[in-house]
Amino acid sequence: MKELLRRSWVGPLAALVAVYALFSVLAPATFPGGVNLTTMLRQTAVVAVSSLGMTFVILLGGIDLSIGSAVALTSVVVARVLQSGAGVVAAVTLGVLATVVTGWLNGVLAARGKITPFIVTLGSMSVLRGVAKGLAGEQKIDADPHGLEHLMTAGAGAALPAGVWLTLALAVAAAIVLHFTVFGRHVLAIGSNENTARLCGIPVERVVVAVYALCGALTGVAGVLEFSTLTVGDPTDSIGLELEAIAAVVIGGGSLAGGQGSVAGTLLGALLMTVIKTGCTHVGLPNWVQEILTGVIIVVAVGIDRLRRR
Amino acid sequence: MSGSAPRLTARGVAKSFGATPVLHAVSLELAVGSVHAMLGENGAGKSTLLKILAGVERPDAGSLELDGAAYAPSGPLDARARGVAIVHQELSLCAHLGVAENIVLGSEPRRFGWLSRREANLRAERALALLSDGGTTLPLDARVGALSAAEQQLVEIARALAHDDCRLLILDEPTSSLGHADVERLFATLSALRERGLTILYVSHFLDEIRRIADRYTVLRDGREVASGAVRDTTNEALVTAMAGEAVEVGTARARSPGEVVLSLHEVRGARLPKAASLELRRGEVLGIAGLMGSGRTELLRAVFGLDRVRSGRVRVRGLVGEATPRARLAQGVGLLSEDRAREGLALGLSVAKNLTLSRLKPLLRRGFLSQRAEHDAAAFWIARLGIRARGPDQRVRELSGGNQQKIAVARLLYHDVDVLLLDEPTRGIDVRSRAELHELIGELCAEGKAVLIVSSHFDELIALCDRVAVMHKGVLGPARSVSGLDERALLQEAAGA
Ligand SMILES: Nc1ncnc2c1ncn2[C@@H]1O[C@H](COP(=O)(O)OP(=O)(O)OP(=O)(O)O)[C@@H](O)[C@H]1O
Ligand SMILES: [Mg+2]
Repeated sequence: MKELLRRSWVGPLAALVAVYALFSVLAPATFPGGVNLTTMLRQTAVVAVSSLGMTFVILLGGIDLSIGSAVALTSVVVARVLQSGAGVVAAVTLGVLATVVTGWLNGVLAARGKITPFIVTLGSMSVLRGVAKGLAGEQKIDADPHGLEHLMTAGAGAALPAGVWLTLALAVAAAIVLHFTVFGRHVLAIGSNENTARLCGIPVERVVVAVYALCGALTGVAGVLEFSTLTVGDPTDSIGLELEAIAAVVIGGGSLAGGQGSVAGTLLGALLMTVIKTGCTHVGLPNWVQEILTGVIIVVAVGIDRLRRR
Repeated sequence: MSGSAPRLTARGVAKSFGATPVLHAVSLELAVGSVHAMLGENGAGKSTLLKILAGVERPDAGSLELDGAAYAPSGPLDARARGVAIVHQELSLCAHLGVAENIVLGSEPRRFGWLSRREANLRAERALALLSDGGTTLPLDARVGALSAAEQQLVEIARALAHDDCRLLILDEPTSSLGHADVERLFATLSALRERGLTILYVSHFLDEIRRIADRYTVLRDGREVASGAVRDTTNEALVTAMAGEAVEVGTARARSPGEVVLSLHEVRGARLPKAASLELRRGEVLGIAGLMGSGRTELLRAVFGLDRVRSGRVRVRGLVGEATPRARLAQGVGLLSEDRAREGLALGLSVAKNLTLSRLKPLLRRGFLSQRAEHDAAAFWIARLGIRARGPDQRVRELSGGNQQKIAVARLLYHDVDVLLLDEPTRGIDVRSRAELHELIGELCAEGKAVLIVSSHFDELIALCDRVAVMHKGVLGPARSVSGLDERALLQEAAGA
């Protein structure tokens, strides 16, 4: 029991259950139930997948501010490739590849160029947004999704769409990588104490580059999911997504100082934010109240977490 | 002693961390104008008790009195204001600030509400002068992060001394990283402070220091006070027995036959230090490097291990000039124990097991995935082998006592099973019994054909442990000579350049 309470995801799980119960009481007609749950899971998918990447980056002691722009870039690339008639596989591959490359570049600049990740990705946030807009000619790109839209549409009843299953599968894979592979252990070590990592012969630069590239890959997948939700390539989409991803990680017990965080916590954090948003809508609270509530929850969650760690 | 009221009285002080009791109703009385030694094995609860006195930790039970008045500090600043200053076991300096800024930290002198740099420098200078009597002085504006561990320790002590109104000075292993000359100066300062009526509470694992400086002692074992009295009425053996709870045998067998050369350095020159270092290290031998702080001994080990750049010269491992990165060196069978376990040696936020196995994860892989079971088994083995006090393999290293953290750092090299051990202050913070056991273990490793290159500020330790010793002075390493016929005094003189 005591051991269980020490787990970092217990706090966000409790918060999630509490908030879910609260809205179920406040809006008993519409909020509880399978259909709304499916909707909320669907709405969480994009944030969840990109915060998986962010979890690795933050565990490492870094940050990636370019995630929102990268998602927009992927959606534009996918749309452009589909428009050119090259088919779904090529579109998805190129869309994801684009952000792998940009993530890799972030990593190279941070690790080998010795520039703080905050600055590097602040730069790439702007660059990628610009590239997306340039590539899209500053407008939304309509393209026949060729079935990609089914990724995010629910089946009959409350059946989960493929995109949600994909999110879960990626999360499980991420957790396995983190806990049971040498790579994951290296990430944890670098985030806890980079000097120790070096002393123990961990190839610090290589791991850092790999983590940013991995974050890029996951962001690319998030971008594909975003495209299949919107069915257009939108260069102005997902502004501020990076902050939501950071919030998800931090609510889930991650520390911006590195070395702390968990995949389960991050997922719960992402879900918590969706539940608050959706719940507020169901109860009829205006948008500005949602934003205040979300902000308060972030600070409270982290505050409680720090107290618990004492 | 009797007659005058005590400076500090502690009654029935108890403390637990979670379900682990660390102190059981400890009582303590410190006289005015005395040096009181606190003794005990690693994890006995010394630092915890000291932290309670300094307001860093809150006791679960018990009461404190300072000069007859109730004393329940709400935090370190409050304790400071009441005249209680502490030098912690682990360095607690701000690495990015300068020497003077660190020394006045928390009590910055102000003029019209603005920081007064001049006053700060004056105060810092005065405090440092107490420790250096015109000898080596630290530049007041040097960034503390760039100083060596010993220099940082001096800054830390100066910070505690910077208060004129100090009544009780608490020192938690202040000499663990200091060289002979600095220890001498510290002792002279402490004696002067005692004359002025200050009370000093002093923790150290060096019984000779206790004998020289302390009037009274208290021995803690497993969080209980098991012995106390006047230092002159007891023997070192009695103290060690009290700490360990049983008689301790200290064997020093040394009949080794060195084999072929495994590590050879030829005119190695680092970025700044060392300037010239040549040596040959053979299998089955312990080679010591004696040198003062700043002589370049740590830099030499780091350069050999590939953590710092080698500007010129050659490092050969088993005759080969391999790649010089920590990763490559570990693959070549060379491992380094860092002098600074908190900043470099250990990832304090990770568990004992993760720290222990970090440099060598391969044996933990089962079908390509890390096995928690294998990790635990490895950790449990070394916890038992080195007598490390931890709740288990999953406890965070941050929660261990200083000496037990040091043992984890040592255990990692042993787990890695390197052939050449580069040890920088290996027994730092380790208690008397464990130090003897570690010395014995090093002997066993040599018998197995491993080679050890060791740096220590304690030259008597080098003489007790090494086959040969080389002296480093201002970045230049002298020839290695057999220890038979060397004594501590001669080494000290050579290290000082005489
Ligand atoms: N924050 C903490 N959480 C849990 N346990 C702790 C914590 N701090 C200390 N302990 C435990 O309390 C015990 C006493 O620790 P303490 O640091 O007081 O020992 P010590 O006598 O100073 O030892 P050393 O000679 O190694 O410095 C140790 O077993 C340690 O593991
Ligand atoms: Mg201690």
